[in-house]
Amino acid sequence: MGDYESYMKGSPLEVKVITKRFGLANSTSIDVYLETDGYQALAKAFEMGPAAVISEVKNSGLRGRGGAGFNTGMKWSFVPKDTSKPKYIVCNADESEPGTCKDRPLMESDPHQLIEGIIIAGFAIGARQGYIYIRGEYRYLLDILDRAIAEAYGRGYLGRNILNSGFDFELATHTGAGAYECGEETALLNSLEGLRGYPRVKPPFPAVVGLYGCPTIVNNVETLCNVPAILRMGAEAYARLGTPKNGGTRLFCLSGHIRRPGVYELPMGFNLKRMIEEVGGGVPGGKALKAVIPGGSSCPVLAASEVDVAMDFESVARIGSMLGSGGVIIMDEDTCMVKALLRIEKFYAHESCGWCIPCREGTAWLKNLLQRFHDGGGTEQDPDTALDVSFNILGKTLCPLGDAAALPGISFIQKFRHEFEEHLKLGACPFERRAVAVT
Amino acid sequence: MLSEALKAKFDQVIARYPVKRSAIVPLLLFGQDEIGYISDELVEEIARRVEVRPIEVIEDISYYSMLHRQPIGKYNLQVCTNISCLLRGGEEILEHCRRRLGIDPKGTTPDGLFSLEEVECLGACCGAPAMQVNYEFYENLTPEKVDRLIEELRIRTANGHPR
Ligand SMILES: Cc1cc2nc3c(=O)[nH]c(=O)nc-3n(C[C@H](O)[C@H](O)[C@H](O)COP(=O)(O)O)c2cc1C
Ligand code: FES
Repeated sequence: MGDYESYMKGSPLEVKVITKRFGLANSTSIDVYLETDGYQALAKAFEMGPAAVISEVKNSGLRGRGGAGFNTGMKWSFVPKDTSKPKYIVCNADESEPGTCKDRPLMESDPHQLIEGIIIAGFAIGARQGYIYIRGEYRYLLDILDRAIAEAYGRGYLGRNILNSGFDFELATHTGAGAYECGEETALLNSLEGLRGYPRVKPPFPAVVGLYGCPTIVNNVETLCNVPAILRMGAEAYARLGTPKNGGTRLFCLSGHIRRPGVYELPMGFNLKRMIEEVGGGVPGGKALKAVIPGGSSCPVLAASEVDVAMDFESVARIGSMLGSGGVIIMDEDTCMVKALLRIEKFYAHESCGWCIPCREGTAWLKNLLQRFHDGGGTEQDPDTALDVSFNILGKTLCPLGDAAALPGISFIQKFRHEFEEHLKLGACPFERRAVAVT
Repeated sequence: MLSEALKAKFDQVIARYPVKRSAIVPLLLFGQDEIGYISDELVEEIARRVEVRPIEVIEDISYYSMLHRQPIGKYNLQVCTNISCLLRGGEEILEHCRRRLGIDPKGTTPDGLFSLEEVECLGACCGAPAMQVNYEFYENLTPEKVDRLIEELRIRTANGHPR
């Protein structure tokens, strides 16, 4: 379990909707959950009926928290209604995007909130079975969730004829065993079918052909955790917490060179500069900010001059990056951008599943080129070669892991080219020299 | 031979799915947790239970990074050096472990007590630098904290903590 509580530090600027039970004694128990509005949204969903639940979630402006930011209610509406096949709801708890550690506290502190969200989603799309796909490293969360699921069965919130609604729903956990690619929804479905986690060709999308060839909705943990709150407070009130196209709040994970690293629940559209300075306490050691990756390592990096931006999907896209998974990675003036990019590309080279050649070969090229370059063996053409390799991955793979490797490559080189040139001139890493000179 | 508890767990997990082979990865992980690694016997047993050929189980094993076919140390130190940890000294922690244990990543100490691994993001980025020892998270690491932990694990073993 570690001491992640140490980074749930809290901030007066937070708006606690899905983290409101964090820190309560026995927050994982169903009794505490029931005392704090738990399973009320489910009862409400049964009164409303599936179509009304879907339109309520659509109107709330809730957008997927797993990375792509698709409107959740809209996605649910793509599940065919006139099919005789079983339908599935799958919760993506694979959380492995570097810089992202928000699903973990959601499951550790408030498992019933997630379970209630999944049951409501299942009811909305007509599924009778749900799975929670948890990365293998989060082994202890399997025990917490299994216990919570057993409690929910015991009280009649899972199983046959839930709350006398006539709705039957089964839920089980499933563990992965170490593979970033299994967070990609179609690779996840293959993995859940007992196969290697290779991505599938889209279309058809999982909403039509998913798990075992049946209509399936895959949603991120945080996405589903918002569903009970939306039904309880109503779509409009929930939407108003955020910006017009980005309903509600979001968990932002502040990591790297920041005085108070931690997971904070803030309104959608919260200004990034304020987030760093007022929520995170700024860059430590009196150093200047150099760069920020706003949404996990797959997102294009922002230079310090670009961080006065609202953290909603459109505003961040407008300046050429992405809101991604909420992992805000902060880098100070002494960070070597070549080294940072090298570490990121080493990750993608390691995690590429090898199915698509541009990704398999391209990520390895990038890693090797950057390693040589950082070690002092670079050539003048290297930055352009790396750009060329990146552009030859971009958009040429089945799943977006290729883009996830290409986009940081392009942005780091374009925005911090002078650092590459400094490496060339010195024949070594200028930052390591500086570090040596200081000590 | 698998324990009775593990056999019961296997039955319970397989029953969760309409298609048995869905249980392969969970069974491998739970089996590895008990045995320490994935033996040929475990592969055969899982293949039999989910009704696939052993080669199909082996195909899965080679895909997933947490599954291993050889025994490793009793305590597997998995140090994250990914971006958030890198920025807060993850590489120094790895280097410290390497020197302290006298082994390289993927290595095991001769007494079979410790293994070392450099791993990707563990989902503990706000507690960087972070590592996992087996499944236990250790965050906000310093070299001193690592030393204390290694010492503690040695004492725990000397006091006859079960392997
Ligand atoms: C390589 C890769 C890894 C991903 N990893 C995750 C992950 O760990 N968790 C997650 O929720 N989504 C992840 N996604 C996004 C999923 O494919 C999918 O869009 C998401 O689970 C949909 O849920 P949402 O609409 O609630 O965001 C990943 C995507 C890619 C391409
Ligand atoms: S980067 Fe080390 S835990 Fe996420």
